[in-house]
Amino acid sequence: MPEANLAGAALPFLSTRGLTKRFPGVVATNGIDLDIMPGEVHALLGENGAGKTTLISMLYGLLQPDEGEIRVAGSAMRIRDPRHAMELGLGLVAQHFHLARRHTVAENLALGQRGAPFWRPTLQLRAKAGEIAERYGLDVSMDARVSSLSPGEQQRIEILKALMQGAKLLILDEPTSVLTPQEADALFEVVERMRADDRAVVFISHKLNEVQRVADRITVLRAGSVVGRLVRGEADSSQLASLMVGRQVASPQRLGVVSKQEPLLVVNDLWLRGARGVDALRGTTFSVRPGEVIGIAGVAGNGQSELAQVLAGLARPTSGSVKLGGLELGRLTPREVRAAGVAYIPEDRRTEGVVGAMSVMENLVLRQVRDPGFARGVLIDWRKAEEFAAKAVKEFDIRTPSLRTEARTLSGGNVQKIVLARELSGKPRLVVASHPTYGLDIGSTNHTHELLLAQRGRGAAVVVISEDLDELIKLADRVLVMFGGRVVGSMPVAEAATDEGVQRLGLLMAGSLEA
Amino acid sequence: MTRLRWVPRLAAPAWLLVAVSGGAFLAALLVALGLFALYGLDPLSAGATVVERTLMDKRGFGEVIRKSIPLLLAGAGMALALRARFWNIGAEGQILAGAIAATAVALFVPLGWYTIPALYLAGFVAAGLYGLVPAYLKARLGVNEIITTLMFNYVAIYVVRWLINGPWRGRSLTGFSYTDRFDRATYLPLWEGTRVHIPTLVIGVAAALLITWLLRHTRLGFSIRVMGDGPDAARYAGIKLLPTTLALAALAAGVAGVAGAGEVAGIHHRLIEPTSVSMGYGYTAILVALLARRKAWATLITAPLLGWVFAAGDVIKVSLQLPFQITDVIIGVTLLLLVAAEPLLSYRPVWQRRGGSEDAPTTPETQTRPEVGS
Repeated sequence: MPEANLAGAALPFLSTRGLTKRFPGVVATNGIDLDIMPGEVHALLGENGAGKTTLISMLYGLLQPDEGEIRVAGSAMRIRDPRHAMELGLGLVAQHFHLARRHTVAENLALGQRGAPFWRPTLQLRAKAGEIAERYGLDVSMDARVSSLSPGEQQRIEILKALMQGAKLLILDEPTSVLTPQEADALFEVVERMRADDRAVVFISHKLNEVQRVADRITVLRAGSVVGRLVRGEADSSQLASLMVGRQVASPQRLGVVSKQEPLLVVNDLWLRGARGVDALRGTTFSVRPGEVIGIAGVAGNGQSELAQVLAGLARPTSGSVKLGGLELGRLTPREVRAAGVAYIPEDRRTEGVVGAMSVMENLVLRQVRDPGFARGVLIDWRKAEEFAAKAVKEFDIRTPSLRTEARTLSGGNVQKIVLARELSGKPRLVVASHPTYGLDIGSTNHTHELLLAQRGRGAAVVVISEDLDELIKLADRVLVMFGGRVVGSMPVAEAATDEGVQRLGLLMAGSLEA
Repeated sequence: MTRLRWVPRLAAPAWLLVAVSGGAFLAALLVALGLFALYGLDPLSAGATVVERTLMDKRGFGEVIRKSIPLLLAGAGMALALRARFWNIGAEGQILAGAIAATAVALFVPLGWYTIPALYLAGFVAAGLYGLVPAYLKARLGVNEIITTLMFNYVAIYVVRWLINGPWRGRSLTGFSYTDRFDRATYLPLWEGTRVHIPTLVIGVAAALLITWLLRHTRLGFSIRVMGDGPDAARYAGIKLLPTTLALAALAAGVAGVAGAGEVAGIHHRLIEPTSVSMGYGYTAILVALLARRKAWATLITAPLLGWVFAAGDVIKVSLQLPFQITDVIIGVTLLLLVAAEPLLSYRPVWQRRGGSEDAPTTPETQTRPEVGS
């Protein structure tokens, strides 16, 4: 039982003392002391930039600390590189998986094995893999190609890989960000079994409810330092959140009643042939009223991205209609769609939302600079653009050294603020936001939520696509679920916020319930 | 005991860009001096001869400028194309297309006050059209432009050969593959005592400045930069791939075509063997643009640099009796070193003492974040 270990009888499997790492201009971690016991689930909680990634990178040998020491099983170690870390019994499941997609599961497992034979490398490891998989409830099919597997299954391979390499401590970096609620439950079950087997788990997350559910102890990081150490059951969500951000977090509230106006956006029987000749949208139908937020839930790859692209004019539907206040958007170019009053916050803010090599100013006017107002004939009026940009930087609190700074050097939150400032400044009638807070810290997330709700407040129709149900429940008046290119369920937020509601949403997302 | 580590840097400061480009170039020159030594020459005196005959006398210096002209035009166009990540390897063919069109004007269009502007215009238009084809294939069908533009060079080379051996072969000459000599009225005015055709030089300088201005201040230029630096964002910003690609490819090729017109009307006064019309200027233009870090104004510096290499090649051949190909070595080594030095721009070397936790504060990070050159 973990409590027994915590009582102090056992030696920590891994501990750090005064671990400090500096980067130009910042102290990424500042004198971090940490003890990780065998058989405990230890959550690391912190905003982006709190130093979590730097800390794990040092533990995993990807970075060397400037000061302080790391002890493994009691003796001070310099962890040279990931291979060394693995030999010491540390495993890392990164947020983005490191698998050879075109190869089978067994081949991927063999890749990480020392001493796997050159010829037919997967032959020997099957028995061992099967045994470990069964012990920890890691259900994977050995001969499936990785490219055909869901993110949840790929994650299980990564965990299995680490365990086969003898990991006594497994670091899970934001493990639930790609999972459905059911898959997350399965993951927690795996974590549970590892704990029971006296292995340690370091669990990194933004999500407070998960951390509270799974962790024996919680260490909260802020700006590179430990600001709180809590034991299971000791902290409530708002206390954790305020420790994490250093200020009281206000959850945005939906103001006003649900709109009863006629729908502004009507999507009817939309079909879209996807990139590989497969229908990505298969009869999507829904509508949004002015002043209403529609949340679209679903596991990645069920047509949400394609729907967003159609709404933004980036993809032409094969058939069906998209009407904004009676105007058909389906055949318009992205520019015409924008002119019709559609704001689009793209999924991939760093490659689609901004041009990294261009300045903050240029990015703030990226979409409108060629329109009359900024352009006179063929010329661009950069003075006007600069005025606009200076105002936007102030209004949206974009933290940048200057207007001429390259956008790629800013943090994710500030990049998103650039996108929001640009898209929302034109008083849009429809706002389409794809994963608007993915990877953002709590402060930036709340800021983004407030801005989106403000659009609702001024009567815009808002469509938010997200895999984070909490976010949708917070923002949406109605939650829709997409599966297989269709809207398979819709429920008012009051229902979605209940336990049964969430469960039903999860089942809908997994395609095991037809509404 | 110390150990070298490479630390990523946020942005490369401007001085480093200059240092890396300049360093690559200087290192290539050192290799050339080494080659002189291998040929049994005293590298220092050989080097001195080269410098004397290229920079210290008017005729020699004129040759440097003369060779810089096509490099400047094709290089500025190349900088524009590379800015949009359009890998135009076809400047050589575009120079020839310009030369063909200018020859057609000189030989077959009645002379008049308009003759010289018409030569340039014909060169620009013909090369521009020639450059449109690969651009259209890329934007519409996704055909790789590196391959098409490269192949178009050979098409142009063989068209020139066919013309000078076939329909345009000179009547006044026997045994040579030339067209007839142009009328004197088509000759471009020269800087006295040299072969520097002044109007082409002026157009070249203007082209480099205009392209810089276009990229900074016009809607088209903005679209080109967005397309090059963020193709996904370009689509989302409503920038149309096809017209933008066509416009930039035609402009880049057209400017190279002007160089071809200048070569035939300013120097040769007839259409001759394609490898004599353009001695690889179109390929070297890629290096001109890359050394200039894809900035059109900077080709005003890098084009003369490589023009000097070409002129030096002539001196090496004539005065030192060594093969002209040494210029290729210099150009090749520069390109190689430039590519090899690229990591220096994104990583910073740090010497670190070996050992465990007492690694400690070896590098107090006092360096401020460098401003990014625009």
